[in-house]
Parts: sequence; C-alpha cells; structure tokens
Amino acid sequence: MLKYLMNRLLWMVPLLVGISLISFLIMHLAPGDITSTEASFNPKTSEESRQKLRELYHLDKPVIVQYGLWLKRMSTLDFGRSFASHQSPVFWQETDKDGNITKGMIQEALPVTLLINVLSLSLIIAMALPLGVISALTQNKLPDRSITIFVFIGFAIPSFWLALMLMYWTGVSHNWLPISGLHSLGAEKMPWLAQWIDGLKHLTLPILISGLTGLAGISLFVRNGMLDVLHQDYITTARAKGLSENTVVYKHALRNALLPLITIFGLSIPGLIGGSVIAESIFAIPGMGKLFYDAVLMRDFPVIMGILTIGSALTLIGNLLADLAYAWADPRVRKGVVQ
Amino acid sequence: MNAIIKNPLALAGLMIIAIISFMAIFAPLITPFDPDAINVKSILLSPSSAHWMGTDGLGRDVYSRMLFGARISLLVGIVAVGIATVIGIVLGAISGFYRGWVDTVIMRLVDVMLSIPTFFLILAVIAFLTPSIWNIMIVIGLTSWMGVTRLVRAEFLSLRNREFVLASQTLGATDRRLIFKQLLPNSLTPIIVSSVLGIASAVLVESGLSFLGLGVQAPQASWGNILTDGKEYIEFAWWLSLFPGLAILITVMGYNLLGEGLRDALDPRTSNNK
Repeated sequence: MLKYLMNRLLWMVPLLVGISLISFLIMHLAPGDITSTEASFNPKTSEESRQKLRELYHLDKPVIVQYGLWLKRMSTLDFGRSFASHQSPVFWQETDKDGNITKGMIQEALPVTLLINVLSLSLIIAMALPLGVISALTQNKLPDRSITIFVFIGFAIPSFWLALMLMYWTGVSHNWLPISGLHSLGAEKMPWLAQWIDGLKHLTLPILISGLTGLAGISLFVRNGMLDVLHQDYITTARAKGLSENTVVYKHALRNALLPLITIFGLSIPGLIGGSVIAESIFAIPGMGKLFYDAVLMRDFPVIMGILTIGSALTLIGNLLADLAYAWADPRVRKGVVQ
Repeated sequence: MNAIIKNPLALAGLMIIAIISFMAIFAPLITPFDPDAINVKSILLSPSSAHWMGTDGLGRDVYSRMLFGARISLLVGIVAVGIATVIGIVLGAISGFYRGWVDTVIMRLVDVMLSIPTFFLILAVIAFLTPSIWNIMIVIGLTSWMGVTRLVRAEFLSLRNREFVLASQTLGATDRRLIFKQLLPNSLTPIIVSSVLGIASAVLVESGLSFLGLGVQAPQASWGNILTDGKEYIEFAWWLSLFPGLAILITVMGYNLLGEGLRDALDPRTSNNK
C-alpha cells in the first residue's frame, strides 16, 4: 500500500508542472501583453495598474525567466495581492500592527464551497443508488423507463435555469426559502441552533441544484454497472447456490457494481468545483466559485491565477483520494494485478 | 441512416435537432419582429397572439430573439465541437499510431488538462480575452478535446494490430495511407457519437457563460443572455425565464438522444444487450 501511495504521489509532480505550464500559457494568450487587453477592456485602467501587472508577472523579462518566476510563485502559493481588495488571494492570514486579522481570500471561501460540495455529493449518493438499482432490476419495464427519461432530462437541464425556477417557486412565490447569501440579516445575534438552521436553509437550494444536476450521470452509471455485474457468472453461481434474491442483488452484485463509482466520484470533482461558479453566483454565496466569478469580472488576475491553481490542486488531491479508496476497496489494484 | 430510423431514441433526437436547425437557419424569414427592435410601447407584455413568447424589458419580441438565439447556440456548439474533434483526432491518431514517447507526452497533456476544472479554465481564459462569439467557440473547443483524443487513441491501439491493417502494411502501405484509409474510417462511429454528445455539452457551456455575462454580449441575442434578463424580471415576467431554459433543455436533450441512440444503433455490443 505504501509503495502504491508513493507511486501516486510521485505521479502528481509532472501533472503539477503541466498545470503551471498551462496557466503560464493562459497569461500569455492575450494578443500583445496582457496589460493591453486589460486596458482595452476597462477604460479606467490607469498606467499605474498596468505597471502593477507588468511587475507582478515580470513581463519585461525574457519568457524563460518569467516562467521560472511563475513556477516559484506557484510553489510558494504567492500570487501577489488582489487588485481589488489588496488581500492576499491564497491561504495566509496576516495580523497587522493593531492585531486585526486579515484572512486570505481563498482561506475564507474554500470551506463554504467544500461544505456545499460534500453535502451535494451525499445527496447524489443517497438518491442515485436506489434509482440506479431500481432501474437495473426493472430493466426495460415502466420504472426503468421513467427513471431513464428522468436521467435524460437531468443531463440536459441547465443548472442555472433550474436554479432560477426553484428560486422563483420556493423563494419568490411561496417565500419558503431564502434565495441569497449564507445568513439572514442579524443572524449573528440568534442562538446557535437558530443560526445553524438559518445557514442550512440558505444552503438548501444550492445543494439541491448541484445535487439534482449531478444525479443523472451517477444513477445511469449505477444502472449500467448493475446490469453488467448481474450478467456475470458468479451471480449465476450465487443464484444456483440457492441464495435469496436479496442477498444476490445487495451482497454480491451491488458491492461490485459500486467499485467503479469511486473513480467516477474522483473524476466528477473538477466538474463540481467548476460548477460552483454558477450556483454560487446565482445565490450570492461567498465561496470559491463566486470569488472566481467576481475576480473574472474585475480582471483581478492575482485572484484568478490563485484560484485556478488551488482548484487544480484540489482536483489532484480528490483524484488521489479516489485512487487510494479504490486500492483500499479492491485488493487487485493494491497488489498491482490489474491497473 | 437506416439504423437511425429504426431506433426511436435517435429518431426523436434527430427530429428535434432538424426542427430547431430549420428554425435557426430560416430565422430572418420566420420571425415576426426584428429581434433587436426596441419598442417602449410594448414593454414586458405577457405572451399573446402577437408576441408568442411575450416581450422583454426593452419591448423586444422574445420569440424573435429566441430564434436568433438558436443560431448562436447551434453555431457555437457545432464549431466548438468541430475544433475539439479535429484536435482530438490529430493528437489521438499520432498517439495511438506511433506510440512510444509521443504517446506518453500527449497522454500526460490530456491528464494535465483534465485536472484543471474545465469551467475555471474557460473563465480564466476569457478573463484575458474579450468575450465574443468567436473567442467563446475557440475557448470551448480548446478545452474539450481530451475525450476525443483518448477515444481515437484507444480505437487506433486496438485496430493497429488487426489482420487487415497488418496485411496492408505488409503490402507496403505508407503510414499516411494506413491512418487515413484503414484506421480512421474504422474509428468513425465512436467519434461521431462523441461529437454529437459534445455539441450538447458545448451548448450548455455557452448558455452558462452567456448567462453569467461572459459569453455572447448584448444586444446580440443568445438563450443564455435572455435568461439573464429573465432573472432581473423574474417576479413579474415568468416568460422571460421559462422559454430560453426550455429551449436549451430541448436542444441539449435532442443531441443527447441522437448521440445515445446512434451509439446503441451502431454498436453491436450494446444493441444485443437490450
């Protein structure tokens, strides 16, 4: 297991170098140097802020030196200061002379996004498993057909539209749920339980949105996985032994059908992180997605590059965890029998 | 073609796409109003026989704007997927045909691209460029070729040692001939399926970007930016949010149905399973 872990960790190094190259490329995508596009975009840009950009990315130095400096920045997570708020984009919090603590922007936003994603992943698992299993067990009959239709709609529905419709239905016309932010006004004065419920109410819609849109793929995956497994020889053997249908389906089939799901969850992490942009900006939730969106609108390059790097690092960590979980669950992978 | 007609899913998808494409292509002939004509006398009218889908906050006819928006969505979807497919075929073919270190480099590049959250990547690139339809197409295309690359590579790897390929290689066929006459034609089915499904997701991405104000810019109509207006007026003009969302849903579903249907119809393995 340890050897496997070391292998996987070493594997991340070339990926990180690749990510640094791609992000460096993005900074140089703009025709001319980035300072000129920024200027053409925002008439208010002064010579001063252009100078700031040039200094930040050392645009006056040769390309190879620029990349070296960029690599150094990335590895120390020092992306410069936000143009808009002068906070540092990534984690480090600072204490000034009077003892006031300024947190890093991602340090503040990341827990919110992680919380939403963990909760919506739980929702997806809780709903996709039964749907997929029912679908597989009633293959081509009415329940399977209806679930398949539901899956096709789930694949095609734009999350931002679903968000708007639910917002209208539950927030505007019925006033059941709050539609923006994380807390109600004056929430900090409420007792802790009320604060907690208040926060949960604010999170309901965003979690529902990312849960419902992610559901379709996973339930289809569970269905196909189950169908695959149910046709295997060892299932026939289990049936022939006279095991009850429940034991066959839930003990023998489901467990094996679920294995690849671990990988799918690992693969869905970048989508979930990226998807947080839309959900968070619609519901005004101060997470990574909203932070990133605001930074893009304001061309706040230090923040953009910081979040891009952290987002990719999170994806790598997520994939690593998924691979480890898979190796833990499947001895064949752990011992290197199959790739 | 026969396979499509016999498969009800594919046929439904094909019909949806045909109808929407027809309406998009002939939009100027069908639309009752100029999509950009501002009319202060008809602000936020609910749907009626004159304005089928009502009017927006500037008194523009929503139905006309929807038809012109369809042009944008389809164009962006098709061109973006075209770019992605070409890149995917070229890289996948090189990777699968020559193997060795080129293959390693290309596959690592795919891994790197897949570990950057796609929507973050797209937004970051757009932050450095000016949002326009062309830039959106290129950006979506350049960030979605990884799937096709892997697919083409896998097909090439499995076809490379088949008898018919080895036979023509023995007969002295050049690499170029092998790639273009033997391997590529035999890999077409999965490429077509993945391109059709790719259009569906490109349409979703474009509308999401436009909805966020980072895609197609007003006054040019796109389903995404009509929805942005809809968000402003959601309390008293439901039609502004309902129709663009439905249009996106139906279009994306059309491409998904066609893609899945084609996969079932053209792939003997899955069609036997059913």
